[in-house]
Amino acid sequence: METLVHERSTPEVADAVDEVAQSPFTANTRKFGMWLFILSDALTFAALLGAYGFMRLTSPEWPEQSGVFDIRLITFMTFVLISSSASMAMAVFAAENGERKHTLGLLGATIIGGIVFLGCQAYEWAHFIGEGGTLFFNPWGVPQFSASFFLITGFHGFHVLSGVVLLAVVWVLSLLGRCSANGVELAGLYWHFVDVVWVFVFAFFYLL
Amino acid sequence: MYLVETGSEHKAGFIRKYVFSTDHKIVGLQYFFTAFAMAIFGGLLSILMRLQLGWPSRMWPMLETIFPVGMAGGVMSPEFYLALQTMHGTIMAIFVLTALFTGAFGNYLIPLQIGARDMAFPLLNMLSYWVYLLSCIVLVLAFFVEGGAPISGWTAYAPLSAIPESGPGQAMGQNLWLVAIALFTVSSMMGVLNYITTIVQARTKGMTMSRVPLNIWGMLSASIISIMVFPVLLGAGVLLLADRIGGTSFFVPAGLVMGDKLIPHSGGHPLLWQHLFWFFGHPEVYIVIVPAMGIAAEIIATFIRKPVFGYRIMAGCWIAVVALSMVVWGHHMFVSGMNPFLGGFFALATLLITVPSAILVLCWVVSLYGARIQFTTPMLFALGFVSIFVTGGLGGFFLGSAWTDIQLHDTYFVVGHFHLTMAMSPLFAAFAGVYYWFPRISGRMMNERLGRVHFWISIAGAYAIFLTMHVMGVGGMLRHSYDTTQYDFLKHLQPLNVFVSFAAFALAASQLIFILNFLVSLFRGPRAEANPWKANTLEWAAPAPIPHGNWGAVTPEVHRWPYDYMVPDGGEDFLPQNAPAAVLENKRF
Ligand code: HEM
Ligand SMILES: [Cu+2]
Repeated sequence: METLVHERSTPEVADAVDEVAQSPFTANTRKFGMWLFILSDALTFAALLGAYGFMRLTSPEWPEQSGVFDIRLITFMTFVLISSSASMAMAVFAAENGERKHTLGLLGATIIGGIVFLGCQAYEWAHFIGEGGTLFFNPWGVPQFSASFFLITGFHGFHVLSGVVLLAVVWVLSLLGRCSANGVELAGLYWHFVDVVWVFVFAFFYLL
Repeated sequence: MYLVETGSEHKAGFIRKYVFSTDHKIVGLQYFFTAFAMAIFGGLLSILMRLQLGWPSRMWPMLETIFPVGMAGGVMSPEFYLALQTMHGTIMAIFVLTALFTGAFGNYLIPLQIGARDMAFPLLNMLSYWVYLLSCIVLVLAFFVEGGAPISGWTAYAPLSAIPESGPGQAMGQNLWLVAIALFTVSSMMGVLNYITTIVQARTKGMTMSRVPLNIWGMLSASIISIMVFPVLLGAGVLLLADRIGGTSFFVPAGLVMGDKLIPHSGGHPLLWQHLFWFFGHPEVYIVIVPAMGIAAEIIATFIRKPVFGYRIMAGCWIAVVALSMVVWGHHMFVSGMNPFLGGFFALATLLITVPSAILVLCWVVSLYGARIQFTTPMLFALGFVSIFVTGGLGGFFLGSAWTDIQLHDTYFVVGHFHLTMAMSPLFAAFAGVYYWFPRISGRMMNERLGRVHFWISIAGAYAIFLTMHVMGVGGMLRHSYDTTQYDFLKHLQPLNVFVSFAAFALAASQLIFILNFLVSLFRGPRAEANPWKANTLEWAAPAPIPHGNWGAVTPEVHRWPYDYMVPDGGEDFLPQNAPAAVLENKRF
């Protein structure tokens, strides 16, 4: 049990955050908080995907996805996003080694990956809407199809967008030399999460 | 009176000190008083409902002046009754009980009991309160918009909740309801993220997880449930909002006609809402009851004056409850048209989750056995908690078995059951907590005699009301019905309804004793000693009044678990967690 105990010596009261930011685990407090946030966010996605699964199972028919989407484009998007996760991981590594130039470059690459993904998604939405898909109607079959398309990809896209904004902030702060390696790592955790969620969306919504 | 003292090194103004404060103690008190105000409001709504149920369609001309629409002509309209019921349930289950336990007690006690200086993320913690306050305001606003408050119940069953035309409060009122729930979810996420992180990361030296007070285990378990199920409610709310304003039909089936109008939606499933809601809704009852159990266990442990029985067992049971609470939701849906095989599974899982609950009760009873119990007011309320929890839980067996539930579903048996388990017993635990920690917070004692009177009237009232409801439920008295005298087969139950109404008024009135005691003691109560109950936990070791940052130069060091009572070396019969280790090295832990 001794390993669960941690030393505390700072007598200063003023900044409670910094004082408790020591950890019995290897994760520091902010990282632990980020993990919890990710857990809760993951469950929001689980609710949406669960609802989607319920609708698929109870619906008498469901449109053939390959007839509606260009799977090549979706695969490309997926590839871009996963690659951006790789560059993100390298950015974190660079930040930990104090290589600011590398960090900035890799973060930039990650941001560009995110933007490309969002661009593809915008194209997809435009295409879908152009063919007559709305929230409550679509030419391919049950209305739940387009409703879940917009809601799930929209909710995910919103996360990617938030991630891009977050990374941009981290990029600027790093440029000014005001972002710790820990900060880069936290943003990275969020970014990996957004990517992992996409893998689920890709699998359940586009492939299955 | 001092509620909280800010450290002298801070020259913060009143606003920073008491309003926009990041001090967990202030945030906790803000949560407490807001939840308390909401409780009074929710209680008044139930009084109105009891007026109607006791004396259906009687004229109350005075009430017309307050509710010109809902009580037009002095007679309550059915829609107004449903609106009262929806708001009462929503307010009490979510905006009072959830906020009161993790929000108020959690905030105040977690850092103190684990020897931390504050929550891990104090700013987030402050925000959590303000978003909570906003959510309360938005919810109450629903009464004042066109059409009034929603009528679809605290469960917001679709399609009623999904179609704005389905009733007077279902347009703007239901929208506000949804926004309030979403805000509450966000606030709750910010809160529990803090509680879990703080408990895991910020324990003081020596405070291992096997030494934290039982209350901390309760808070931790409830917070873990929260962080897993509130997001699902949020997801469900997003879908419902899309149905309402985006024209989708996740929850609306085809061919629905409302008020001679064919609803254009098609292909959705009302059952989907029920699944999503109850995936949140059932664990929600444990979000309320588990911290209540923790508080009661803590108080029982103090007043039995001997080591509590089953510390590790209790912690284990709560962890089991966390896991099981998420797989039993279907027991609310036995008669919903869900697949009967699923019903069988959920009945089994429900019986399974009664096991940890029963073991917990057993731990408390064994702890009491042979103890020289000090029957203080907090102890009485803690014991009342146990009594009511057991009684209410027994009703759960009949509901949890799918075959008996078919008869009992949607009757007052269910209403009686969940008011005992989820309303009364947590309320008793909360009262126990207030009486117990009042001296710590205010530096004064509450009046014991008034406390006892409050206890005996409350427990008599609770049983009179809610046991009678069980009986009426077996007799077929319908839930959600605003005038059961319309049905011949229920007419003979009317005297019971009158009885319940009177008992409810008495119970409500007796709460004035508490309020009086609380307010007078706050200003005039006798000064409390530093550790009036002779308890071992750390919150009693903090300076009085407790400064911002809680501890002096160094946080206390912990040497043992919190329940070393009846120590055999003569002198005092208790040994605080932070007392130097030299004494009794070989005792326990
Ligand atoms: C022995 C353990 C328990 C069992 C087996 C049990 C079982 C059930 C069942 C089957 C129902 C659904 C009845 C129906 O709608 O037909 C129900 C309703 C309910 N129970 Fe329990 N219960 C237990 C303990 C608790 C506890 C400890 C709480 C709260 C802390 C609680 C709160 C509720 C609530 C709030 C409802 C009603 C929700 C609604 O329909 O509005 N129950 N219970
Ligand atoms: Cu339940």
